Amino acid sequence: MFRFIVRRLLQLIPTLFGLSLLLFIWLRRLPGGPETAILGERGTPEMRAAIRRNMGLDEPILVQYGRFVRRMIKLDLGTSTSTKRAVTTEFIERFPGTVELTITAMIIAIGVGIPLGYLAARRRGRFLDHASVGGSLIGICIPVFFLGYVLKAIFSENLHWFPSSGRQDPTLGATRVTNFFVLDGLMTREWDAAADALWHLVLPSIALASIPLAIIVRITRASVLEVLNEDFVRTAEAKGLTEQTVRRRHVLRNAMLPVATSIGLLAGGLLSGAVLTETVFAFSGIGAFVAEAIGQRDYPVLMGFILIIAVVYVLVNLLVDLSYSFIDPRVRVR
Amino acid sequence: MALLEVEDLSVTFARRGQRAVHAVDGVSFAVDAGEVVGLVGESGCGKSVTSLAIMGLLPKQPGLRVGGKAVFDGTDLLQLDDRSRRDIRGRDIAMIFQDPLSSLNPVIPIGLQVTEVLTRHRGMKGETAAKEAAALLDRVGIPDPKRRLKEYPHQLSGGMRQRALIAMAVACQPRLLIADEPTTALDVTIQAQILELLKELVRDSGTALLMITHDLGVVAGMCDTVNVLYGGRVVETARRRPLFRQPRHPYTVGLLGSVPRLDAGRGEKLNPIPGSVRDLLPWPDGCAFAPRCARRTDECVGEPPELVHAHDGRSYRCVNPEPLPGMVPAPREEESA
Repeated sequence: MFRFIVRRLLQLIPTLFGLSLLLFIWLRRLPGGPETAILGERGTPEMRAAIRRNMGLDEPILVQYGRFVRRMIKLDLGTSTSTKRAVTTEFIERFPGTVELTITAMIIAIGVGIPLGYLAARRRGRFLDHASVGGSLIGICIPVFFLGYVLKAIFSENLHWFPSSGRQDPTLGATRVTNFFVLDGLMTREWDAAADALWHLVLPSIALASIPLAIIVRITRASVLEVLNEDFVRTAEAKGLTEQTVRRRHVLRNAMLPVATSIGLLAGGLLSGAVLTETVFAFSGIGAFVAEAIGQRDYPVLMGFILIIAVVYVLVNLLVDLSYSFIDPRVRVR
Repeated sequence: MALLEVEDLSVTFARRGQRAVHAVDGVSFAVDAGEVVGLVGESGCGKSVTSLAIMGLLPKQPGLRVGGKAVFDGTDLLQLDDRSRRDIRGRDIAMIFQDPLSSLNPVIPIGLQVTEVLTRHRGMKGETAAKEAAALLDRVGIPDPKRRLKEYPHQLSGGMRQRALIAMAVACQPRLLIADEPTTALDVTIQAQILELLKELVRDSGTALLMITHDLGVVAGMCDTVNVLYGGRVVETARRRPLFRQPRHPYTVGLLGSVPRLDAGRGEKLNPIPGSVRDLLPWPDGCAFAPRCARRTDECVGEPPELVHAHDGRSYRCVNPEPLPGMVPAPREEESA
């Protein structure tokens, strides 16, 4: 097990190496070169030359790439051209918000999706089945930002049940420790701050959860229906086991295999979905920041975001593979 | 009174807009305590559906209708509610299935799959259950049972898997064991071992065995009484020896003629029955075998033939049965016994 984890983590190296090459080439091939990206169209030739010299763009390409890689290893992602602060610092402040949001969304998607898909399969052809299959189709079709606006209009602007934007009420003056606001509140025993942060998470995470939820419902339903027809379920029934044991031990566990795979794939997509959700709810995570960076052509920020997505994707899928080996002994890793 | 008495069992699958299919149509037979009874027929004749109906294991679906009676030890299994059925299944009546790999849960160790029966019906837990499970595996001939308990189905060979399934089935010393083609998915050598094991278990424990098979070799080696099924009906019932000596129903004759024999001369052709049961679904009124029968007469079409009770407990459902060899000297039982 330990060797497997180490091996998979080592696989990160070639992935990141490939990615660094792509990013490096992308940076060099920017229209007008990096100096235009920084100065815009108005820079004088002298200013451009100065920047090229400053950034070392007049040196051989291999030397430039070597320096690029060295900086990446030191987690020095450069300076944001719009906020003039180090990209790493910006990310450390904002990334926790996005993580909180995506984890909450994933908890909703899994916590609601698996039971709902399971019940739909058990009541196949009845109302709940049709409702959840139809509902999940709607969930997949509705764009996240649209659902976000609808939720906001109904639950915060009309009913005033939930706040419409932000991560926490700033008047609370909550203490920051890790920038995970819910966690900070719990660690510093500022319960009201934790509750408020959680309250702010509800609407955006529901909006973000909609698509993965719909997919998990459908995959769970299909998977359970398939397992119900398996011979070993008949064997379990023939043994006279209670319905509960048959369901839990024999049906659900086997039905979880495809669901686990899909969760891994969905988790990566959530980060991109967060960009839209955070913009709609003015949620100061990395997504909203990146959305701005796209508009501002803030290349260092975009580069950092791409790197983070890649790393998160690899790590999440490592977790999924590990969970897989807990569920299915046939793929158990040694 | 027999241990299991199936009376006029019928299973119908109705689909909207289609003619209902009578998978099993008025099947009656009995299994006495400690007896080995065969249910024989080719694929699609309704033998598996019969066994699943008795166990209450037919997949629930709209349009499924089960009629008749299946009286086990005084109770009609078909009238029981789900809970009482679950109490009987695995404890009084156990079942072994055809494909041992797909019949075992791939993600649970063998041990738990054995102990869950012990926990459910015998209230055993923890160490006690594990010990008993190891003893059971040992009893069905699985070497190193303690280690096997921790293994998963994919780590066992086909024969071992079927042995494990048998261990689960006999865990509560059931009074009736239903084996649905238990050797079909196995190699010939393993088949023989599994049959030998079943025979031994039945002999030692006094468990009755309902053997569902298409393999007349299995029947010849094991069964006391044989019921031949065709088109969802029992077409002939007899003790093993008379059935093999003098089959009366043309279908039984055909089945026996389809078996390759070592003592047949070289170049002698097999005598397969033309066509297949499945071609004829839904089965015709009258005798279901008539379209394939060599002894067909005009009487065979229309009404299904009545069951004819002959001497020595035989019965068959045919208006023009194979004649008894009247002129030929009667078979001498002593010689081959």
